[in-house]
Amino acid sequence: MPGKLKAKIVAGRHLPVMDRASDLTDAFVEVKFGNTTFKTDVCPKSLNPQWNSEWFKFEVDDEDLQDEPLQITVLDHDTYSANDAIGKVYIDIDPLLSCEAATVISGWFPIYDTIHGIRGEINVLVKVDLFNDLNRFRQSSCGVKFFCTTSIPKCYRVVMVHGFVEELVVNEDPEYQWIDRIRTPRASNEARQRLISLMSGELQRKIGLKVLEMGGNAVLGYLQCFDLEGESGLVVRAIGTACTLDKLSSLPTAVLPACNSPSREMKESPLAQAPSHGCRSSHNSPVHSAAAASARLSQGFSVSVPTLIFTGMGSGGSAGKDGGPLKTLLRQQTQSALEQREFPFFTLTCFPPGFLIHVGGVVSARSVKLLDRIHNPALGNTRSYKLLDWNSFTADEPETRDAWWEEIRQEIKSHAKALGCHAVVGYSESTSICEEVCILSASGTAAILNPKFMQEGCLDSYSEHSRLEDPAPPSCGFCHIPYDELNMPFPAHLTYCYNCRRQKVPDVLFTTIDLPVEATVMGKGSLIQARLCRLKKKAQGEVNATAISNLLPFMEYELHTQLMNKLKLRSMNALFGLRVQISVGENMLVGLASATGVYLMALPAPGGIQIAGKTPSDITYEQHISNMQKKINDTISKNKDLYEVHPQEIIEEVIGSPIPESRQRSRLFRSHSESSDEVSELDLSHGKKDAFVLEIDDTDAVEDIHSLLTDAPMPSGFYSCNTEIMPGIYNWTSSLQMFTSVRVFRLNNVNLTNQGLNKIFNDLCENLLKSLYFKLRSMVPCCLCHLNFAVAVPEEELIQVAVTAVAMTFDKEQAQENFKANMEKAIMKVISENEEQLQFPLELCTETPAPQPFSPSKGTGHQDGGGIHTSARATSVDYSSFADRCSTWIELIKLKAQAIRRGSIKTTASQEKGSPLPEGRSRSLRCMRPFPSSTVSVVKMTPLSFLPGTRIIKYLGIINMFFIRETTSLREEGGVSGFLHCFIAEVFAMVRAHVAALGGNAVVSYSMKECVFMENPNKNQAQCLINVSGDAVIFVRESEAEATAAAPQTSSMQNLSGAAEANA
Amino acid sequence: MSVELDVFVGNTTIMDEEVYQFWLDGYTVNDAVKVRMEGGVLEEYEASTDVLLSDTMDQFRTFQMCERLLHTPAKLANQLLFQIPPHRQTMLIERYYAFDNAFVREVLGKKLSKGTKKDLDDISAKTGITLKSCRRQFDNFKRVFKVVEELKGPLVENIQQHFLLSDKLARDYAAIVFFANNRFETGKRKLQFLSFQDFAFCAGQLISNWTVGAVDNMVEDMDVDLDKEFLQDLKDLKILINDKDLLDQHKSLVCTALRGKTKVFNEMEANFKTLSRALVNIAAKLTNTKDVRDLFIDLVEKFIEPCRSDRWTSADVRLFLTYYTNSARTLDTFRHQVTWDRYMDVIKSCILKMYHD
Repeated sequence: MPGKLKAKIVAGRHLPVMDRASDLTDAFVEVKFGNTTFKTDVCPKSLNPQWNSEWFKFEVDDEDLQDEPLQITVLDHDTYSANDAIGKVYIDIDPLLSCEAATVISGWFPIYDTIHGIRGEINVLVKVDLFNDLNRFRQSSCGVKFFCTTSIPKCYRVVMVHGFVEELVVNEDPEYQWIDRIRTPRASNEARQRLISLMSGELQRKIGLKVLEMGGNAVLGYLQCFDLEGESGLVVRAIGTACTLDKLSSLPTAVLPACNSPSREMKESPLAQAPSHGCRSSHNSPVHSAAAASARLSQGFSVSVPTLIFTGMGSGGSAGKDGGPLKTLLRQQTQSALEQREFPFFTLTCFPPGFLIHVGGVVSARSVKLLDRIHNPALGNTRSYKLLDWNSFTADEPETRDAWWEEIRQEIKSHAKALGCHAVVGYSESTSICEEVCILSASGTAAILNPKFMQEGCLDSYSEHSRLEDPAPPSCGFCHIPYDELNMPFPAHLTYCYNCRRQKVPDVLFTTIDLPVEATVMGKGSLIQARLCRLKKKAQGEVNATAISNLLPFMEYELHTQLMNKLKLRSMNALFGLRVQISVGENMLVGLASATGVYLMALPAPGGIQIAGKTPSDITYEQHISNMQKKINDTISKNKDLYEVHPQEIIEEVIGSPIPESRQRSRLFRSHSESSDEVSELDLSHGKKDAFVLEIDDTDAVEDIHSLLTDAPMPSGFYSCNTEIMPGIYNWTSSLQMFTSVRVFRLNNVNLTNQGLNKIFNDLCENLLKSLYFKLRSMVPCCLCHLNFAVAVPEEELIQVAVTAVAMTFDKEQAQENFKANMEKAIMKVISENEEQLQFPLELCTETPAPQPFSPSKGTGHQDGGGIHTSARATSVDYSSFADRCSTWIELIKLKAQAIRRGSIKTTASQEKGSPLPEGRSRSLRCMRPFPSSTVSVVKMTPLSFLPGTRIIKYLGIINMFFIRETTSLREEGGVSGFLHCFIAEVFAMVRAHVAALGGNAVVSYSMKECVFMENPNKNQAQCLINVSGDAVIFVRESEAEATAAAPQTSSMQNLSGAAEANA
Repeated sequence: MSVELDVFVGNTTIMDEEVYQFWLDGYTVNDAVKVRMEGGVLEEYEASTDVLLSDTMDQFRTFQMCERLLHTPAKLANQLLFQIPPHRQTMLIERYYAFDNAFVREVLGKKLSKGTKKDLDDISAKTGITLKSCRRQFDNFKRVFKVVEELKGPLVENIQQHFLLSDKLARDYAAIVFFANNRFETGKRKLQFLSFQDFAFCAGQLISNWTVGAVDNMVEDMDVDLDKEFLQDLKDLKILINDKDLLDQHKSLVCTALRGKTKVFNEMEANFKTLSRALVNIAAKLTNTKDVRDLFIDLVEKFIEPCRSDRWTSADVRLFLTYYTNSARTLDTFRHQVTWDRYMDVIKSCILKMYHD
C-alpha cells in the first residue's frame, strides 16, 4: 500500500442551469479513484456552489496511481428521478508521483461533457503521499520522468543515454462492444475516454519499468499514439529514449563538458563560411533493395514495402587513408556500446554538441498489414487458420502488433547498417488505417554517435580522449559520410567537405532531425513540402493491401523527386526534420512530405534546374521550354534573395581545381549514374557547371514543373520551417502564437485523374498556408516554426489536413545589427585582441574585411589542392600536405570562431539591456498581468521545446490528454466548423487548466497527435476525437532570471542548450 | 471541390478589430468580405477572396462563441475557454456595448419592453442600421437596465462594476437607464434636433442634482428616481410669478443688470414675464409624472423656441439665465433660495446644452 491520494473539492462556478423551473442547479460531486467513490454534499440552488469538502482519501497501490486517473463527476441532484450528470474532469496524477515535478494539483478545471462540451468549472485540490517501496519485483515505475521534448530538457544534463524503449497495449474498443448498442453516446464516449486514459497510464508505467531496468530515470522524446483499428480493437503504443538525467544545479560547473568543444562556436560565425568550390548536384533516389518481401503470408497477410533511403551521395577517392581507420575505430567503440541493444534507435531530434558524429541519411520502412476482421472472441478459437487473431484469443495479447513493429524496426536497422551507421536518430513511428488496411511506417536518420554518451562513468576522461582522436572538424563533422565510399549501397556524388576539405560529403543531405547546433548554414531556411495524391481502385482484403503496397514505392519516389526539385529551386542542399506521411483512404492514397531546407556550408552549392526537351526540332516547343527555363531561373534567383542564400560563385571559379578533379574521378567510379554533367555543360545561360535536368517529355516532369511553379512565395516578413529552430534567425522576441487549423475538403468530382487530384491537394495545402500567413499578418516579421501538417482521408472524397504550429516574432533590425556586430567583433578580435570595448561598430564596412583573413590560406589551399590533383591521378594518394594546410586552416577558423563566440555573447547581452523594444514589450505584459478581476493565469503553448526570451526552470510532468466530443445537433452548433472550432478551443482550455493547476505557465513540445473527425450531416451528427500531449513547465523571463542569477550563471545557462542560445 | 470544414484556433484568441466591428454592425460574412476587399487588405497581403472569406468566417464564429460571455462581461475575465489578453477583453466589451447615436435616439426614453423590440424593424429601416445590430444594442440596454434596476449605490459605478465599461460609456448607459426609467419624451419632431449627447448631459445633470441619490446615497434606485420631496418643494416657486411685485422686482433687477450687455435686450425685456412664467410653471408641474416626461419638450416649446425666434445667441441665453437665477436670490421676500438654486442650476445647464440648431 504505497500511496495515499487525497482530493478536496472546493467550489464550482459558471455551472449550467439544470433546473429549468428555478433557473438554478443543485450540484454535488462524485470523486472516484479505482473502485472507491466519495460524494460531496449537495449545494442547493446555486450556479456557483461552494462545497469546501473534507479531504477524500484513497489508499492505493502506486501501480494504480500510475494507471488510473482521478475521476471527478459533477451532478445535479434530483429528488425524484435519476441525478443528471453535468460533466466530468479526469486528472492524471502522474506528475505528483515524481518528487521533482509538481507537489500539488490545485486550480479551476473545466467540467467537460462529451455531448455539451465545457459546462462550468470546478476548483479541486489533489495531493499524493508516497511511501518508499523497496520491493524489487514491483510493477510500478513511479518517479521515472517523461518528456515529450525531443531534445535534452533545458534544466537537466544527460548522464547517459540508454536507448530505445517501446511498448504497446491493446484492448477492445468500447465503441465496438455489443453494449454500445444499448448505452447512450455519452456513456460510450466516457467509457472510451476512460479506457484510453487507463491504457496510456499502463503504457507509461510499463515503459517506466523498462527504463528502470536499463538503469535510467527518464524518457525523452516520448511519443504515444493511438491506433483506432475499429472492430479489431484499440492499440496504444509508445516509443521513447531512455536516459539518465541529472538536475542541473545553477553552478557553472554543471555545464556539459562537450559544450566547450569548438563545435559550438562555429554556428554563429559568419566567417566560418568556407568558400564554395565547384558546384555539383545530382538527384539520387535509389530504390533500396526491396527488403524482406512478404515471406510471412503464413502469419496472415503482410507486405513489406521496398523502402527508399534518401541521401545525397557520391563516390570518390580514398579518403579512407585519412578518415577510414579512425572511422572504423570509432565504429568499434560505439558498436560495443550499442551492440547489446536490440534497436539502437533514438527518438531525439536535437542533441548535445558532439553527440552526432556522422549522419548518413534518412532511413524509412513501411509495411501494409491487414487488420483482423473477427470481432467476436468466441469465434476466434475455432478459426485456427487465422494467425493474426490477437484479439480473438484474449483481448490483451499484443503479440502480433509487437511482431509487426519488430519487423519494421529490423528493416530500419538493416537500412542504417547499409549506410554504414550503427544508430538511428530522430526516429518515429506512425500508422494510417482505413477500414481493415493499415500502413505501418517508421523513419529516422541513420547516424554514427559518439560513444561517450552511451557509457557511464567515463564521461569526462572520455570526452578528452575522443576529442583528441576525433578527426572531424566539428562544425561539419556530421555532414561527412559515415559509409565506406568504395562500398556504397547506391550511386551518389561525393565531394570534399567545403568546410574542412578533409573528408567526403554528399551533395545533398536529408535527415529527420533538427539542424545540429554546430552546423554552419548560409541564409535562412525554408519549409519545403512535397504533395501527392494517387487514385486507387476500391478493393477488399488482400487485393487492396497488394494494390496499396504496389503504389507506395512510386509515391515515395515521386515525393522524393518533388522535394529534391523544390530544394534546388531554393538553392539549398540539405533537408532537416523530414517527415513523410502516406495516408490511405478507400479510393486514394495521399502523401505529404514536409521538411526544412537549408544551405549547409559544408555541402557543395546545388546546381540549378535545367529543363531539357526530347524533341528539339519543334520551335514552339523550344520556346515553351525556354520560357519555363526562364521562369525557373527567375524563381531561383528570387529565392536566393529571399532566403539570403548566395554561394560565392566567383571564388568557386578560381579555386575550383580540387573538386572538378574529384568529380572526374567520381565519374569513373559511378559508371551507371545519370549523365547530367554532359547535358548541363551545354547550357551556358546558367552560371552553374551542372544542373539538375528535368526532361519535359516526361509527363511526370510536366507535373513536377507545374508543382514547382505553383508554389506561391511567402508574403514578405514571413518565414516558415517545420523544425525546432529556424536556421538564420537568432533574435526572437517574446511574443508567440500557437495555433491549430483544420480543413476538410470534399472532392465533388468523381472522375478525377491523378493530375487533377494532385493539383487540388496542392492548392489545398497552399491555400491553407496562405490563410495562416494572412491570419498572422499582425505578427510580421515572424516565422512559423514546427509547422506540422497531418493529412488524413476520413472518408471517400474527403481529405483532411490539420496543422499545428507556432508563430514567433523576431526582430529584423536587430538581426542585421547582430550579424554585423558579430562580424565586426570577430574581425576586431582577430586583428587586435584588446579592443573589446567596441560594441556596435555598425558604421564600418563589413564586406571588405571579411574575406581578407581567408585569402592567404585560400591561395595556398588552391596551390596545394592542385598538387593533390596531380598525385590523385596516380593511384596512391598523398594527402599529407593538403591535410596539413587544412588543419592549420581549421585552427584559424577555430580561433576566429572562438573570438566570434565571445563577442556574440557580449553583443546579445548588451543588446538585451540596450534595446528598448523587447524590454518595453515585456514590461507592458507585466503591467497587464495584475488585471484586477482576472483569476485565470496565462498559459503559453508551443510545439517547440523552448520559449524565446525565457528560461524553463522546472518540468512539471507530461500532459497527455484524450477527448471525445459528439453532437446530435450539428446545425445548431454552427455546422461542422462551429463544432470543431469549439472543440479545439475546449481542448486548449483543458490543457491550459491542467498546466495551471500543476503550477505551470507553459506547455512546451505540444502536439496534437490525433484529430479524428467524423460527421453525418444527414443525421445532424458529428463526432471528433483529439489526442494532445506536451510537457508542462514553469518558465521565467530571461530578464527576470538575470536579475536573480549572477552573470556567470546566465552565461552558463546559455551554454547549456543551443536552442536557448539561438534565441537569446 | 468544396471546403467542408475550415477552422483556425489560436492559443491566444486572434481577433481583428475591423472584423469585430463588421460583426457588431450585423454584416453578413459575405458583406464583410466585400467591404474588406474594398478596404485593400488583399493587395497588402496578396490574399485571395477565399483567404479573406475563411478568415472572416473564423472570426465571426469566434465572436459568436464569445457573445454569451459578453452578456456578463465579468465572466470574460475568468472563463477558461478563450485566452484573451486583458486589454483585448476590455476592447471586446467596450465595443460590444458601444451603440449608434442614431439608434439610441430612437429608443431613448421608451420602455425597454418586448413592444419596443418589435419596432426594431422600423428603426432599422429608418436608421440604416442592420436589424441584428439594433437587436444587440437594444438587448444591451435592456440587460444593463435589468441588472442595475434593483441595485443600491451610484448608478454609474454599478454599471461600471457589472459591465466593466469605461467611465464615458457607463455614463451614457446611466443616461439611457435614467431616461428609460422616467420615460422622458424625446421622440417628438420638435426634439429631433437634439442629439443623444445633449440628452446624456441633461440626464447627468438630473441624476446628480434632482434624484434621491443627490441627497442620500444609500437607497435603492437612488439615481433613477427623482426626489419626490424636491419636486413637491418646486411648487413653492410659483410665488415668483403669482406675486406681481416679486415678478416686477425680479424683472427690473434682471433688466438693470443686462442693459447694454446684449443686443436682444428689447426682446428680452418684452418677453421676460412669459419666459419666467414658463420656467416656473415647468417647475411647479413636475409633481405629475406625465409632466416629468414632457420636461424636455416643455423646455423647447416654452423657452428655447421663443428665444430662438427672437434670434438670441447662446451667449444671450447664458447671460439671461445667469442673471435670472442670481437676481432671484436677492429678492427680499423670496424664501426658497435652496430649491430655486437646485432647480435653476440644472435647468440652466440643460437649456444651454440644448440651445443649438
